[in-house]
Amino acid sequence: MKHAEIILTPEQQSMRREELRADILRPLQKISFLGKLWIAFLVVIILIGGYAYIQQLKHGLIVTGLRDYATWGIYISNFVFFVAISLVGALISSVLRLTNFTWYRPLTRIAEIIAVAGVVWAGLIIIIDMGRPDRILNLFLHPRIQSPILWDVVVISTYLTTSVLLLYLPLLPGIAICRDRLTDKPKWQRWMYKFLALGWTGTPDQWKIMKKSITILCVVIIPLAISIHTVTSWLFATTLRPGWDSTNFGPYFVAGAFLAGTGCVIIGMYVFRKVYSLEKYLTDAHFGYMAKLLVFLAFVYAYFNINEYFIPYYKMRGPEARLLTDLFSGQFAGLYWSAQILGMALPAVLLMFKSMRKPLPVTLIAIPVVVFAWVKRYLIVTPILLHPYLPIQNAPASWMNYFPSWIEIEIVAASLAGVLLIITLFSRFFPIISIWETLENEGIELDELDELNNTKNEKA
Amino acid sequence: MEKEDDKSDRRKFLKLGALAGGVVLLGSAIGKAVSLDSTKETGEKVKVLTADGKLMEVDGCNMKHPAAVKLTNQEMRKGIEGKKFVMVIDLAKCANARKCVEGCQKMHHKQAPTEWIKVKRMQDAESLTPYWMPQPCFHCDNPPCTKVCPVDATFKREDGLVMIDNERCIGCRFCMAACPYNSRSFNWSEPIIPQGMEAAEYSIEKSFPAKIGTVEKCDFCPDMAREGKLPDCVTACPNGTIFYGDQNEDTVTNGDQTFRLKELLTNRSGYRYLEELGTEPRVYYLPPVNRDFPFENDTIVHNTEDYKII
Repeated sequence: MKHAEIILTPEQQSMRREELRADILRPLQKISFLGKLWIAFLVVIILIGGYAYIQQLKHGLIVTGLRDYATWGIYISNFVFFVAISLVGALISSVLRLTNFTWYRPLTRIAEIIAVAGVVWAGLIIIIDMGRPDRILNLFLHPRIQSPILWDVVVISTYLTTSVLLLYLPLLPGIAICRDRLTDKPKWQRWMYKFLALGWTGTPDQWKIMKKSITILCVVIIPLAISIHTVTSWLFATTLRPGWDSTNFGPYFVAGAFLAGTGCVIIGMYVFRKVYSLEKYLTDAHFGYMAKLLVFLAFVYAYFNINEYFIPYYKMRGPEARLLTDLFSGQFAGLYWSAQILGMALPAVLLMFKSMRKPLPVTLIAIPVVVFAWVKRYLIVTPILLHPYLPIQNAPASWMNYFPSWIEIEIVAASLAGVLLIITLFSRFFPIISIWETLENEGIELDELDELNNTKNEKA
Repeated sequence: MEKEDDKSDRRKFLKLGALAGGVVLLGSAIGKAVSLDSTKETGEKVKVLTADGKLMEVDGCNMKHPAAVKLTNQEMRKGIEGKKFVMVIDLAKCANARKCVEGCQKMHHKQAPTEWIKVKRMQDAESLTPYWMPQPCFHCDNPPCTKVCPVDATFKREDGLVMIDNERCIGCRFCMAACPYNSRSFNWSEPIIPQGMEAAEYSIEKSFPAKIGTVEKCDFCPDMAREGKLPDCVTACPNGTIFYGDQNEDTVTNGDQTFRLKELLTNRSGYRYLEELGTEPRVYYLPPVNRDFPFENDTIVHNTEDYKII
């Protein structure tokens, strides 16, 4: 798999290079009307969310559906979801790389940009949830290292930095190609390429440094990725609440995160393949591999779910029993079973059939995986808060239940649009498929590629 | 060394039968504290409780109003020296009058639906008779809430109190999620400050004025204790359900009756709610045995009024 079986002649290699570059730079040339409409749509959603947030700043969190019992709601579940999908960057570009798989290489950039967009908005949404965002500096002025929130601040910022580097470094040759090829772009954009390319010319030294850095980052990012989501699970597991007070929470969250992120990458692959006509690079085989990965991860996640829900269910210990009854057959049963069946069990079973492992069915199956991954995070946050040790009595009706307000829904929609906007804009300015990694995968020499590039520059 | 000095100092203090704060002062003496300085006798006698539980009379000249010292933020974070505040709630006495709730709301200028002390109808099993359980903040000695605070806005003091600095709180509500008893409330909207008090300076011990977007809760009224007064939940209760005092002094009082803490807990089988969580509450309950009132179900639904939505 690593090298193509047929050894290409230098002419064929150079043709292949040119073909690949042309294919991958095409989406950067011109944005279609539909493409513009999509960006406009996302911007409008974000603006509405921005207006909603201004209302929240003005009146306080009273504008949300949150009250003294359900004190965390969809902001926090959305935060957990974003952290979850950001783990896939580490999975695809690091775990697969270090285990010597090569098929993943055209997918790395999609996975990395999902990771970066997810973790950026995870950071933003947690600030939106704060009652006093104006006092955010207190985290640095009066930090208390005992608090899992501080651990989260540390790992999220480290993970964001590492993810951005892991996105950026392999992109250097791509930016250099943009710099050299996209000369008809506006001045600021050409300047941006020139600035971001860091003077990349593709000398053997540059390649050596870059590849070495990537290897280091790939090793570093695995413990970071596991930490970021484990620490996020500890925001819940460090409390004494029935339903959160679980030693299973760390691996349970990490497993669910890999599943959700893989679903996101599959959807991303399908969209980019269709919209940017990348059928030659994001092949049916890639969907097949990702489908198999999804099956594997769904089984791992199912294992942790059984531990998380069915062992307490076997015991039916007092306060936890009330929660489990509500999840299994009470007010949350519809959402709970949809999440477990449509978001995990059924996709795993369906994708075991070879006929299902084609791009369209895989994508259609990945959609509920992602949607119910979000729902599952809601089920992890709010029902537990509504089932405390002491009964909820003598409280207004709005405290007994939680339903997100329009303000909350608009802000969460804006954050989802924000993730999509980052991914969309990135793919409009930078190659969404790593050219050199794909070429290397096909056994085409890289040094030549850039020597060729350099001579062209000199001529120009 | 320093600690021992503290202790022996305190013993001397106790032996003299004079104590500030949680001392039971009868009648007109409430609101005054005893000082060691002896000045001219006034002839006015004041009854005080000694460390070994005896009532004795001292001359009024030994009582003085504590100087109105403005406490710094740092002092309010440290706590009242030598104190270990404690509460004992006698479930046999609670008849769900809800006067503690109202008294607390009035004193702390809180409006419905916020209740820093709640009264819950508890029934441990279907076969058992229900009882009413007033529930303030437990001021745990192993507080799950202060552990998780990222900015040290909620903290444990040396006098046992768990307090909140509303000028530092960032409103993440992690402490609310961490408290297994839901003792904490949040200022979801701009708090309503009574007329004429808008200019009041913020005090951690008074938990006033409230700040939007921050967490608040029962504070065990240390500002009252400094003045030698009992919290309003204690004095408002018509049945004397709630006892307040100092563990170091080993006394608790509901204003009418005073007990040795250890004896009361031993004789009446005192317990702490959900002991198995290991939070080490500073609030003890006396089981509802030999009740003063038969249990009557409440026919009124309380606290239904919601926030006024803007």
